[in-house]
Amino acid sequence: MSTAVANTGTEGKAWDGGNEPLKASYGKMMMWFFIVSDALTFSGFLAAYGFSRFKFIDAWPIADEVFTHVPFFHGNYPMIYVAFMTFVLIMSSVTMVLAVDAGHHLNKSKVTIYMFLTIIGGIIFVGSQAWEWGTFIKGDFGAVQTKGGNILQFVDTEGNRVALRDFVVADAHAERTQHESKNGLWFIDEGALSSYTVAEVLHGLKSHENVLVRTQIINEEGEKTVLSRVESLKQIKENARLVVEGANLQVNEYGSPLFADFFFFITGFHGFHVFSGIVINIIIFFNVIVGTYERRKSYEMVEKVGLYWHFVDLVWVFVFTFFYLV
Amino acid sequence: MSAHADTHAHDDDHGHHHKETFVTKYIFSQDHKMIAKQYLITGTIMGVIGVLMSMMFRMQIAWPEEPNVLFEALLGKWAPDGVMDADIYLALVTIHGTIMVFFVLTAGLSGTFSNLLIPLQIGARDMASGFLNMVSYWLFFLSSIIMVISLFVEAGPAAAGWTIYPPLSALPMAQGGSGMGMTLWLVSMAIFIASSLLGSLNYVVTVINLRTKGMSMTRLPLTIWAFFVTAVIGVVSFPVLLSAALLLIMDRSFGTSFFLSDIFIQGEVLHYQGGSPVLFEHLFWFLGHPEVYIVILPAMGLVSEIMASNSRKPIFGYRAMITSILAIAFLSTIVWGHHMFISGMNPFLGSVFTFTTLLIAIPSAVKAFNWITTLWKGNLQMNPAMLFSIGFVSTFITGGLTGIILGDSALDINVHDTYFVVAHFHLVMGISALYGMFAGIYHWYPKMFGRMLNKNLGYIHFWITAICAYGVFFPMHFIGMAGLPRRYYTNSNFPLFDDLANVNVIITIFALVGGVVQLIYLYNFFSSIFYGKEATQNPWKATTLEWTTPVEHIHGNWPGDIPHVYRWAYDYSNPQHDVDFVPQNVPLKDGEKELHH
Repeated sequence: MSTAVANTGTEGKAWDGGNEPLKASYGKMMMWFFIVSDALTFSGFLAAYGFSRFKFIDAWPIADEVFTHVPFFHGNYPMIYVAFMTFVLIMSSVTMVLAVDAGHHLNKSKVTIYMFLTIIGGIIFVGSQAWEWGTFIKGDFGAVQTKGGNILQFVDTEGNRVALRDFVVADAHAERTQHESKNGLWFIDEGALSSYTVAEVLHGLKSHENVLVRTQIINEEGEKTVLSRVESLKQIKENARLVVEGANLQVNEYGSPLFADFFFFITGFHGFHVFSGIVINIIIFFNVIVGTYERRKSYEMVEKVGLYWHFVDLVWVFVFTFFYLV
Repeated sequence: MSAHADTHAHDDDHGHHHKETFVTKYIFSQDHKMIAKQYLITGTIMGVIGVLMSMMFRMQIAWPEEPNVLFEALLGKWAPDGVMDADIYLALVTIHGTIMVFFVLTAGLSGTFSNLLIPLQIGARDMASGFLNMVSYWLFFLSSIIMVISLFVEAGPAAAGWTIYPPLSALPMAQGGSGMGMTLWLVSMAIFIASSLLGSLNYVVTVINLRTKGMSMTRLPLTIWAFFVTAVIGVVSFPVLLSAALLLIMDRSFGTSFFLSDIFIQGEVLHYQGGSPVLFEHLFWFLGHPEVYIVILPAMGLVSEIMASNSRKPIFGYRAMITSILAIAFLSTIVWGHHMFISGMNPFLGSVFTFTTLLIAIPSAVKAFNWITTLWKGNLQMNPAMLFSIGFVSTFITGGLTGIILGDSALDINVHDTYFVVAHFHLVMGISALYGMFAGIYHWYPKMFGRMLNKNLGYIHFWITAICAYGVFFPMHFIGMAGLPRRYYTNSNFPLFDDLANVNVIITIFALVGGVVQLIYLYNFFSSIFYGKEATQNPWKATTLEWTTPVEHIHGNWPGDIPHVYRWAYDYSNPQHDVDFVPQNVPLKDGEKELHH
């Protein structure tokens, strides 16, 4: 029996060796394992988020009160815009599937159209996210931070939120010495100056009988606790430290700063993934147009970036669930 | 992308040699055998730095606050008049741990032998992607360079321990090493993680996709199984360290509070609120524990292969070995809490982690007994590789037994952060993995450099190293149980430890001798590249495919067709054959039955 024809004894088994035993190219398999790895990175972040949120389970901001804006519309539309973003992203996954399918049929024009739609969907999503960040950073009602780091917000007697600008009057600020790096030896960045001082807020609260303070503690009905008039005045007078407008990595008018930290970091990390996905999609899109894959008789590259794109969408489903829905 | 073409799809284009320049052959090489050597030599250099550091801090522990010429020469301003500064002691301990764990025993071990052996033993012309493989090495090189540079920054290198717990690592003003040194540490590790990811993806995909005909998963040598599972663990656990590192960078540089809360520095309240350093511990140890298996599994694979070959017997319990590797890999991801028993963890949760931790003893014991039964009644060839393999089993058992003590939360609390722990993990993963690495180098040196290492120098190297390793780490158990804490740069302020001072001197003497004797190995290694005895094609009479390739390295590994595989990797002393070993590429004789394994 010569070596060339000898039976290796493993014929017909899925893992018998030989060329591509799993019938998947190494590139596709690498993409799968990369996705596993990246999924673990996101799991690390989401687990950290869960860990921190459970620590403040009774004081975490209520997402329905945070994400209420829709571009070009005034009013209170909780979750409407993020639902739209999510829909767009999921539709871009659908068009990606169609592009991959068209690739299997070597239909260049259809691949081109669907890749284009996928890219547009991605761009709309990233743009929307930028807008969402902008709104969140700007804030809407304003709040006061206590010495212990808690957030005190303001409501009227019916429980509707009251913005600082509606009851606080800013005195003309006293002339301030602006330290700049060139004239101050101990120059430290001061950060954004809020529109009002704590004293002005206290004054405004005193002169508006119907304004009450709402703490970040969630009561048994699942709503934030509203203090009595006397208690409200006492809290602001004794504990207020800082006026907070909007949210950034250090303060957050909606509640725990960790909410803002994780929101910016995780949606930012995800947005970065979407952005890289768009860039890769554009590269592949141009390769499709110039006919690289047509010549190669295989649109596998479209399939590989498709895997990545679906993964990024799937991650968004989790981010969306954990930040907006629950 | 024409990446398909360059490795396996065209078996016919290996014949003609490509014109190679010095740069493409020795520097930006995409050949797995050259990349393996690059990993080994970079790892060796990092290893020398790491060992040198340990010798320095051992001298400080033995003779605290005494002037030392060596300190003055090597540490400069960190040792005024030759007396070591406390800050640099912490930094030395930190960087020693980082370098040995990641740069020597992860990249140096896995990077070297996965690269060398995966294509050769599975019958592939090269890795799935030679280009990514090259990028992986150069990222590793870059991260090594950054780690070395961090030793020279003004305020000192990172000094928060290799586990970089916040707040020491999160507040740039916390201590000298928390500033630029820590930043460089994080940058270096981020690049290291990228390198490890690219390498691991390559190893996994190559093992799955590029095996030669007949090389089913149950005919793979155990080395390949070990590298494969190691790479999978790397793909799963390193990204979580990346998450932790990125969050830490945000805390350090952008004012977030993920790991920080209620911190005062010099009476001034910092704005951080709400975060938790325990969160960092969870994230870190979710990598940190699997990491010790990333270190030890390749060594186990190498040792299994070397033991079978040098006992002239099939490995005992081949499938049990595979199962235990898989079991260890799975269990490694659910035991991280045993590093955190005193972090305020709920005692019930502690008992869960105790349970999962003690479960690891089962597959570990399966492996240990299988190695011993492989030796049993074998025709033992006591070459240096075999000695180091047996040494591996010895230290793995010694260190593993104390693991059972430390895995039990009730017992661990008493010896947490003492030298008992230091002794445990140095024996079970440090020394064991180093032995595995040395065994691998002595065994596969002829494959790497086409020459043999000097055997006698190998014997000297092994015996002195073995005596010194136990001389260092055995007494450490006792001073640990006596309560001596790790990471203290001197114990002279605590009269209750005065009795232990002499033990520390003995340990240090063993450490110094053990460190210096590695020079013999280094001499042997580097001089044999040029002057060693020329190797034959199959010097150890082994069965695996790498010994069917020519001694001279060629692109594509085999001059003709890739050999097909007809039998498992351990046909030693097969009663159906007259010779005592049958290589995997020899077809079954008429009427021969494949051994049941």
